[in-house]
Amino acid sequence: MRLPRRALRLAVLLAGLLALWSLLVHLADVPDYILPGPWAVLRAWRAHSALLLENAAVTLAEITLGMAIAISFGALCALTLIVFATARHWLLPVLVASQALPVFALAPILILWLGYGMASKVAMASLIIFFPVTASFYDGLRRAPRAWMEMARLMTCGQDEGGLWQRWRRALRILLLIRLPAALPAAASGLRIAAATAPIGAIVGEWVGSSEGLGYVMLRANARLQIDLMFAALLTLACMAVLLYVGIDHALRRIAFWSLEDETDHY
Amino acid sequence: MAQSGSAPALGAGGRRFKSCCPDHVFSARARAAGVSLQDARIGFAGDVLFDGLSLRLAGGRITALLGRSGCGKSSLLRLIAGLPPPPSRRGDTIWQGRVSLDGNLAREGNIALMEQGNPLLPWCSALDNIVIGARLRGETPDRQRALELLNALGLGDKAQARISTFSGGMKQRAALARTLYEPCPVVLMDEPFAALDAITRWRLQRKAVELLRGRTCLLVTHDPLEALCMGHEILLLKGAPARLESVAVPNANPRDDPPRNLDSQEQQTLHARLLGRLAS
Repeated sequence: MRLPRRALRLAVLLAGLLALWSLLVHLADVPDYILPGPWAVLRAWRAHSALLLENAAVTLAEITLGMAIAISFGALCALTLIVFATARHWLLPVLVASQALPVFALAPILILWLGYGMASKVAMASLIIFFPVTASFYDGLRRAPRAWMEMARLMTCGQDEGGLWQRWRRALRILLLIRLPAALPAAASGLRIAAATAPIGAIVGEWVGSSEGLGYVMLRANARLQIDLMFAALLTLACMAVLLYVGIDHALRRIAFWSLEDETDHY
Repeated sequence: MAQSGSAPALGAGGRRFKSCCPDHVFSARARAAGVSLQDARIGFAGDVLFDGLSLRLAGGRITALLGRSGCGKSSLLRLIAGLPPPPSRRGDTIWQGRVSLDGNLAREGNIALMEQGNPLLPWCSALDNIVIGARLRGETPDRQRALELLNALGLGDKAQARISTFSGGMKQRAALARTLYEPCPVVLMDEPFAALDAITRWRLQRKAVELLRGRTCLLVTHDPLEALCMGHEILLLKGAPARLESVAVPNANPRDDPPRNLDSQEQQTLHARLLGRLAS
């Protein structure tokens, strides 16, 4: 019942935007090399579909690899910050200070170090999302509700006399059974930000220097005045980013089902 | 969604109790362990709630602690359990008191606490919530016993249900089951039946007395009826700083043992008198 209505809304929205777009081109009489109409873009997409899909695959690979790396390192980093107080004192200022650096400024350096290939774009994508992922994981872990932690402490405090190894195992169990699940909703919002911003990192990396990917297609088309192809690449990128976000959002809703239960859909 | 409004079918009565609380859960000595609290001082931001309060919980019996809202009952429970002051209370805090269990039993690992607001884990099923203590201690959870407890509390068919689908009363019953599952001789309970409708409360009070048999229990409540129904002993908390007053309860013959039915004229009079003392 709800899904068709949402699909209908989406279709109406898309049709409206397309109509507005062609109306604008038609009425203002914009030349094709400034803003091509939707049909011109669609024609360009069909003429170059192989090229676009091929390069979209490259960009998608860069984004997913970047996300995978940033998420694993971010989670590891957040855990380290939680478990070791010393790490917290030394690492946290560095992490926060690193945020003051505009990550885009690193792109030329990354190209210099990692070359024109995929590695520099993966690094760019993961760098740009590393901080939000780490910060949200850390915050979630830190803010495990006090009542749960007290309950866990009370339930396990009979084991206080054990050796170091036993106390470690107890802390590990509390981490796995209480803290990690409790951190999931906060971590999920970090992952949503990651899904939305990782494409930016990959595209910026491609703009600075590359031989494949959607960013490369856009730059090349721009230089050759193939504006319709440029818009086709842009549309492909937009579709890909939206699908990625929706897919990840959907998965997160299922994994951390309890965090959104009493909220309404927001799209 | 199922609501707790419908009266639950509560277990098969007394016979079930034995399997709910097998002997191996407590050692013979722990079963009767009483608790002494001495010289408790609790104060927040210059406001002294208790000043040198002493309290004795008789082993294997239910002590009902009756007091009006805000007199520090919940804080007292946290102090006995060994928890820090409630974080909502800021400012200068006095938080001290000596707690000892009979037979030199350690406090750690022998006291179970059911707090208000029963923090159940929303990502676990009801059954997994009941056995979380065992899992946290690295023991093999006794799912059979947990299931029997859920059955006794009328949640048998909800064992696999998500907590987020539970009503307030169901959550409270699940939290009660979790507290009773803990292998502790001493049980502290803070308003365990507050969110329940009258019928369910009436049944659960009886069930709880049965399930608590053999354990030392401190039951905090603001309901004189509940105290009369469940308490072997009743203590009244009054004044600022609060002092304890003992209340004489009928204990002449076995019929007067909790759970009391409160149908006799004598008990009605007692209830009225208790209300009067609480209000004065």
